Amino acid sequence: MQSHSKHIPDNAKVVLKIENLFKAFGENKVLNGFSLHLKEGENLVLMGRSGSGKSVMIKCLVGLIQPDSGLIEILGNNISKLEQKEMDELRTKIGFLFQGSALYDSMTVRENLEFPLRRHTKKIATREINELILETLDSVGLKHTVDLMPAELSGGMQRRIALARALILKPKIIIYDEPTTGLDPITSKEIIELMNDIQEKYQTSSLIITHDVDCARVVSNRVILLLDGVNYAEGTFEELTTSNDEKIKAFFK
Amino acid sequence: MAENETFFEKLRAFFEEIGEMSRFAGRYFREAVSPPFEFKELLKQCYYMGNKSFFLVGVTGLILGVVFTLQTRPTLEEFGAVAWMPSMISISIVREIGPVIIALICAGRIGSSIGAELGSMRVTEQIDAMEVSGTNPFKFLVVTRITATTLMIPLLVIWGDFIALIGSAFVENIKGAVTFQLYFNQAFNALAFSDLLPATAKTFLFGFAIGLVGCFKGYNSKKGTAGVGKASNSAVVYTSMLLFIIDFIAVFVTDLIYQ
Repeated sequence: MQSHSKHIPDNAKVVLKIENLFKAFGENKVLNGFSLHLKEGENLVLMGRSGSGKSVMIKCLVGLIQPDSGLIEILGNNISKLEQKEMDELRTKIGFLFQGSALYDSMTVRENLEFPLRRHTKKIATREINELILETLDSVGLKHTVDLMPAELSGGMQRRIALARALILKPKIIIYDEPTTGLDPITSKEIIELMNDIQEKYQTSSLIITHDVDCARVVSNRVILLLDGVNYAEGTFEELTTSNDEKIKAFFK
Repeated sequence: MAENETFFEKLRAFFEEIGEMSRFAGRYFREAVSPPFEFKELLKQCYYMGNKSFFLVGVTGLILGVVFTLQTRPTLEEFGAVAWMPSMISISIVREIGPVIIALICAGRIGSSIGAELGSMRVTEQIDAMEVSGTNPFKFLVVTRITATTLMIPLLVIWGDFIALIGSAFVENIKGAVTFQLYFNQAFNALAFSDLLPATAKTFLFGFAIGLVGCFKGYNSKKGTAGVGKASNSAVVYTSMLLFIIDFIAVFVTDLIYQ
């Protein structure tokens, strides 16, 4: 797979900013002053060992976990100062792809996509909803699954549907939590290509958490290596893979 | 010493859980009265709970009425008091046995299903996904389910009581040649407003308890499939215990009022 990443200008607008984020669970310090910024149109890959605090960080981003201290600014909004209603409004501008897809298993694919749409778009006709659902499913190549239940789909298909659900409200930022984990190499490759296609089509900024070096190579504009809750290294994929630092080298072996 | 510590730790954990459940109930009341209201989901839950338990409650009621009548008949015959059968059966079923047995059946059927469903949604991050999409999962999942059980359990109890009386009348018709009309005349004549009101009122509390415990256990389920099983199992155990406590308090209060 060839890298599709495009150049992001230095003066591009910052859509997501984290500064000095701290989070501990009891004695276990997970984040120790982690910082990052994501620019408009950028694919930023966050890599790190299991337990390095990646998942905690993204849960802090969307308000599922409250950080102990630090600043999180999304699309110019400091999330610690937002009321619940404002936070919910902001969440509609962020798409989140869960590691296990997290499709609502009591609903069909159509209902899964309809769920956020009905709640956050006022005065939208049923015909328009149907068109939007089919268009989004088409963009992930699964238009024919519209009336199936999640249990009837393979792991890769579920991941694509979850991506379609994350895209249905046309978010400005997409957060991918281990998008290729648990998938076979061919399906992983398809998902990686799909991530690039979606970035091009919807012009989103993406924060991608992954262990998959291939995924990082193909989709990233920039990579941050997270170790012990802080940014250990940052740069393009090529810069990190050619680094002489033993810890970085060990990660990309 | 270690045993003592374990016992006190367990006791402390138990009271902590009671406290958390009370906060959970408080949140239910706050969220239940604040918009937006999830009417569509509420109706769906009412339909599922009512529809799926309808047959089970009917069969339980029928067996309850038949067995209760068959077991009681010989004793009443000994005292020459068979004529009291419809009155005795209707009072005991409507006042006590019907609500308690049917609530216990529903705790097993509905409470465990809520615990398992929400537990599995928690473990597979579906609840997180709902929250991240800007929807309040507590309102959508918990408020609707607790309200649905609070509304549907009384209806299921009325249905179960009615079928139990039919079962009893059927036995009386065969064994004692009592007509259905005579049986129901006697059964309903024996019932007073003071029998119906407290018996129905407590079924709302039973329904609330079934929904509350099932939702609490499922919503706060720990990670892993074992957590789902535990949520489902403990929902039934806690609910059953709570139903007897509510019943005891309800009977005690009713007795004080109507004394």
